[in-house]
Amino acid sequence: MKTKRSMTHKDKTLLFMVLPAVILFALFNTIPLLRGAFYSLTNYRGYGTYDFVGLRNYIDLFTDIRVRNSYLFTFKYAVAGTILVNGLSLLLAMALNSKIKAKSFLRGAYFLPNILGGLIVGYIFSFIFTYILPAAGEALNIGWLQNSILADERFAWIGVLIVGVWQAVAMSTIIYISGLQTIPADIYEAGMIDGAGVWQTFKKLTLPMLMPFVSINLILSTKNMLMVFDQIMSLTKGGPAQSTESISYLIYRNGMDGGQFGFQSANAVLFFVIIVIFSVVQMKITGKKEEQL
Amino acid sequence: MKKGVTNWPVTILLILGCVTIFFPLYMTVIIAFKQPSEMTNSVAGALAFPSHWSLSNFAEAIRVTDFWHSLGNSVFITCATIVLTLLLHSMTGYAIGRSMARKKKYKLLYFYIVSGMFVPFAILMMPLVKQTAQMGLDNMIGVIILYLVFYMPINVMLYTGYLKNIPMAMEEAAEMDGATTWKTYWTIIFPMMKPMHATVAILTALGTWNDVMTPLVIMSGDQNTLPMAQLNFQSQFGTNYNLAFASYLLALIPILIFYLVCQKQILNGIASGAVKG
Repeated sequence: MKTKRSMTHKDKTLLFMVLPAVILFALFNTIPLLRGAFYSLTNYRGYGTYDFVGLRNYIDLFTDIRVRNSYLFTFKYAVAGTILVNGLSLLLAMALNSKIKAKSFLRGAYFLPNILGGLIVGYIFSFIFTYILPAAGEALNIGWLQNSILADERFAWIGVLIVGVWQAVAMSTIIYISGLQTIPADIYEAGMIDGAGVWQTFKKLTLPMLMPFVSINLILSTKNMLMVFDQIMSLTKGGPAQSTESISYLIYRNGMDGGQFGFQSANAVLFFVIIVIFSVVQMKITGKKEEQL
Repeated sequence: MKKGVTNWPVTILLILGCVTIFFPLYMTVIIAFKQPSEMTNSVAGALAFPSHWSLSNFAEAIRVTDFWHSLGNSVFITCATIVLTLLLHSMTGYAIGRSMARKKKYKLLYFYIVSGMFVPFAILMMPLVKQTAQMGLDNMIGVIILYLVFYMPINVMLYTGYLKNIPMAMEEAAEMDGATTWKTYWTIIFPMMKPMHATVAILTALGTWNDVMTPLVIMSGDQNTLPMAQLNFQSQFGTNYNLAFASYLLALIPILIFYLVCQKQILNGIASGAVKG
């Protein structure tokens, strides 16, 4: 009897400990999520009255050119960004983990872009793209450099990509370095005795051991790249000619100010479903390897 | 890969590569100290040293962007978020982590909260703007509450993960002596989770300090955070890039100082979060 009562007392305490978090989470995550799904079935403009329109918004999503372009831009950006970020940061991590001088300075320096805010970094790079590079192009007589890439419909996305990658590489590099440090040194010694070359060592030893960290990084960078917002806000505002409008930016722009509350809610629900599918697929693919950790 | 032998080619490549990191910062500093008359239309005009280092752009930027006020708001939001995060998320992580194995309800609760990681801000944004306005939370308090919710999934995951390293024997011994679960948690377990507190505090701090989107859509009225001030005063900078860059530099200085002082802790904190997360 006595032990039973002390158990219930403990259970009460534990319940009391999770309760505030659960209430907050339900109130500011689950309820708005449900409200968003609800509005997606209406023609709400963000103010005034509204009617139910069923799945009208969802059908319209697939024929709306601006929505389609924002998905094309976001996917193009996320795929290119994820590949670049992971390739570069893996290289950097291996370099920073080898026998080098000034190791802590160099590691600190390469992490720097991550602590700076995306918005301000965007403004700084915007100046580089609009003034420094064209001026350099003129001085060196390089034709294609003389116009700002941010003003060119075809290349503006590359400008956004450069800034996004510049910042994201820092975080992935740190995660890869911590991954490399979990690999015991004697494995490499064994590999050397067997006469494995640099590429062989990387492919047969380093990469398999690093798989859990590759999966963390792939999921993190894909998710962050899909949600790109700050850089767009400061570099292009979605232009020129809406060529760099990301999904998040379009939802913000037209949902908040453009009177498309209902329609952009449907867009947001679709975006949410896509992120869930992406994450589940990525975890399924890399899940088995992660269990080894 | 012999021990003790420095790999010079890699060292030199890495040092050269640093140019890509430091060039934008160098440019920011140089332009911030210059006068508009020195900004000729060539590369040298923007990148050469100023003829004299003047602080006038900074004084002007502080006045135009109401710098001290925005700085105060940013510091308040970030500090309050970190303190509340450490208290609330560690407590939640503890209760869930210790009950999950025995009780199915807590296991479900864990997945309920962690699944929040997949919810993009874009879908919550519009309903949250309505909701916070109705609740009178369209201000800094509202932003802090939202950060507590947004960082909950990752932080609860980190804390429950870390808890696996702390043996149950600690609590059992304390409870044997008659201490309540509540007291045991705060006096024994909470201090033991110090390394994870560091990781959580750093990740949360970097995220909240630099965030633009949440305060932008939630806060009404004329309150600014540091990044928001850059956005809102962009039009007032006009083509005076020297003023704009002085303002950017001012906004970057607090986090740069923080990074210089705590660089080791920040890098270690993130690394251990990655290994344990």
